[in-house]
Amino acid sequence: MIYFDNSATTAAAPEVLATYQKVSEDFWGNPSSLHALGNKADGLLQASRQQIADLMQVQPEEIYFTSGGTEGDNWVIKGTAIAKRQFGKHLITTAIEHPAVKNSMAQLEQLGFDVTYLPVNRQGMIDPADLKAALRSDTILVSIMGVNNEIGSIQPLAEAAQILADYPNVHFHVDAVQSIGKGLMDLLKLPRIDFLSFSAHKFHGPRGMGFLYAKKGRQLAPLLTGGGQEHDWRSGTENLPAIAGMAKALRLVLADESAKVARQQAIKTKIYNHLQEKPKVTIFSGNDAHFAPHILCFGIAGVRGETVVHAFEAHDIYISTTSACSSKTGEISGTLAAMHVPDKVATSAVRISLDENNTLAEADTFIKAFDQIYQRFEIINS
Amino acid sequence: MEYTEIMVRYGELSTKGKNRRTFIDRLCGNAKKALHDFPELNFHPKRDRLHIVLNGADSQAVMTRLGLVFGIQSFSPSIRLERDMDLVRKTAVQMMTEQFRPGLTFKVNTRRSDHNFEMDTNEINADLGDTLLTALPELVVQVHNPEVTLRVEVRLDGIYLSSETILGAGGLPVGTAGRGMLMLSGGIDSPVAGYLAMKRGVDLQMVHFFSPPYTSEKALAKAKELTAKIAPYAGSLQFIEVPFTKIQEEIKNKVPEGYLMTVQRRMMLRITDRIRAMRRGLAIFNGESLGQVASQTMESMVAINDVTTTPILRPVLSLDKNEIIKIAKDIDTFDLSVMPFEDCCTIFAPPALKTRPNLDRTRHYETLIDVDGLIEAAIAGIQVSEIKPGEHYLVQDQAEINSLL
Repeated sequence: MIYFDNSATTAAAPEVLATYQKVSEDFWGNPSSLHALGNKADGLLQASRQQIADLMQVQPEEIYFTSGGTEGDNWVIKGTAIAKRQFGKHLITTAIEHPAVKNSMAQLEQLGFDVTYLPVNRQGMIDPADLKAALRSDTILVSIMGVNNEIGSIQPLAEAAQILADYPNVHFHVDAVQSIGKGLMDLLKLPRIDFLSFSAHKFHGPRGMGFLYAKKGRQLAPLLTGGGQEHDWRSGTENLPAIAGMAKALRLVLADESAKVARQQAIKTKIYNHLQEKPKVTIFSGNDAHFAPHILCFGIAGVRGETVVHAFEAHDIYISTTSACSSKTGEISGTLAAMHVPDKVATSAVRISLDENNTLAEADTFIKAFDQIYQRFEIINS
Repeated sequence: MEYTEIMVRYGELSTKGKNRRTFIDRLCGNAKKALHDFPELNFHPKRDRLHIVLNGADSQAVMTRLGLVFGIQSFSPSIRLERDMDLVRKTAVQMMTEQFRPGLTFKVNTRRSDHNFEMDTNEINADLGDTLLTALPELVVQVHNPEVTLRVEVRLDGIYLSSETILGAGGLPVGTAGRGMLMLSGGIDSPVAGYLAMKRGVDLQMVHFFSPPYTSEKALAKAKELTAKIAPYAGSLQFIEVPFTKIQEEIKNKVPEGYLMTVQRRMMLRITDRIRAMRRGLAIFNGESLGQVASQTMESMVAINDVTTTPILRPVLSLDKNEIIKIAKDIDTFDLSVMPFEDCCTIFAPPALKTRPNLDRTRHYETLIDVDGLIEAAIAGIQVSEIKPGEHYLVQDQAEINSLL
């Protein structure tokens, strides 16, 4: 089995599962309880928070536990809208965001907020000049993803940060779900960034778990009110097994990060070079520093993406049509549409997404399978 | 740069005539204790310097520890070279290149303990100055206030080069001032008072009163964890816990509300003084600052101090709260101190207590309780433990937690 769909989800690491199980058995006290069982759980909760903060080089009180990337995105967007509505009702995002951002914005539009969607060029990147032009006196939030989940383009966050330096009151959020463990820490550490959302299951952590970095001093209205956990910002009894599992997964994914990134880049380059020689193949991702090392999106002319996914499945190779979230609805990729890729071409798109456990040998197997599939469809394709 | 030794300059002790040997021995012993887990180190205490030969140990890690040892004015990582001027020139250039930026000011400062060396001090200064300016023409010589001083020491066993001087913790070696007891609560002030006492060379032992079930295990753990935080300055600290429940209940039961605090403090002081005598201490330290809270007025001090003639030393007496907090943050006790657990001082705090207690009345109310019997019982119940730097008490399961993460 070759698993090339790591942007959809990753397999939980065995060490992470061991922690998950041990914590479920031995640390099941409620961290808010005053007695010894509660203390023990609280000790682990704070140690997990500290470890994540250390790995991200931020303060522990800047880390909030969430149920995943979707909650993190929803929280920053709606929480900013609620907390800063008296200062303005204008938000800026891009045309290629994950649905968690896009649909949160759409919901706010229905409530009377004004949203600007920055266009992208043919490489799937926004133009910082467009951001500059879109900023208004009533802008309260700019939300730009780090790495696009469908084609892997890296957005010009440094340039955006520079522009936003002149707008110190505007919240700057980065959806970093696809950016962790991909050699992009310098980008995520830009001091102007106020919020970063992460999802544990994208880096071999447990499902239903994520964390949000929220810079000290920034205000965010809670979406979940209740017992006052997470400094009253995100109530709900803490999911401690998943939290500890995520802290461990983050440590593991960031260990030896550059070597792991180099391995993924080598696999991507090998497949990229092979695909480039095929006249019927359109490659939507680039293979340079503007693109993440783990995502490669391409299509075989005239063959629907779904068909290609199943053809690879017959070879025991698992890939996806662009993003897993929209693949079942059969909609064409939002990112490719925003890049003005014609619908007919966009429907052919498939995505392979790698992680540090993939190997060059798998790339060879993939290439062999690809050649067979490519040849197989020449019949309908000539 | 692969350093071969750390050269340590003594602090104030250099000025102390006859006691010099004792001071140096104590400082060297404290440094050894602070570096006990680096067995490869060799310590050579000399009259004016302590040389710590690294034998391959990580110089950065060693210096981090040394930064906490009182009695050290400053230290410099240095390299021992064969007595070969070509090698010295080459290494000097290498050393300066690491710190170089255009316009950096420097001077060369040579000391010779071996006066038979082929070149004299001035010749070496000039020679190395020339060499460095030729190699790095954008360096600027500045004799009076240079940013970098390249120190050269010519000794019989080699030539030592260093270019960095790192400020030490100052103060006097812990132990040189004699032994004292610190009355440690869980608050902000007493750990700071303890730190300042150790800075002046006091061999300090912690006395902590706890009153289960009115105070939680966490309050005791917090006091121990605070002790672990300031233990690096001493190597390790004795922690003496005194059971205080019986006494507090008795006082609460018999003494009028306005005098609860005063009588309670007198009992604590008596017990601390007994422990001091048993352990051959000379003085008692506490975290009182004048006028901060009701129990810290001068009238209150008179009424409490009445039970002993032992010196009660108050290192933070004249500091403002903000100044104390600043030190607490510097020594990393603040976050712990503000954790909200009931301690024995707050648990029976009456709504209205006397800010100016009358001494005669205090003495009178005390006759209502069995002072000697209660003290004997408390003394019989004390428990002593040794607390080392880096130990954790609040989170008991640290090892298990580390294995999970």
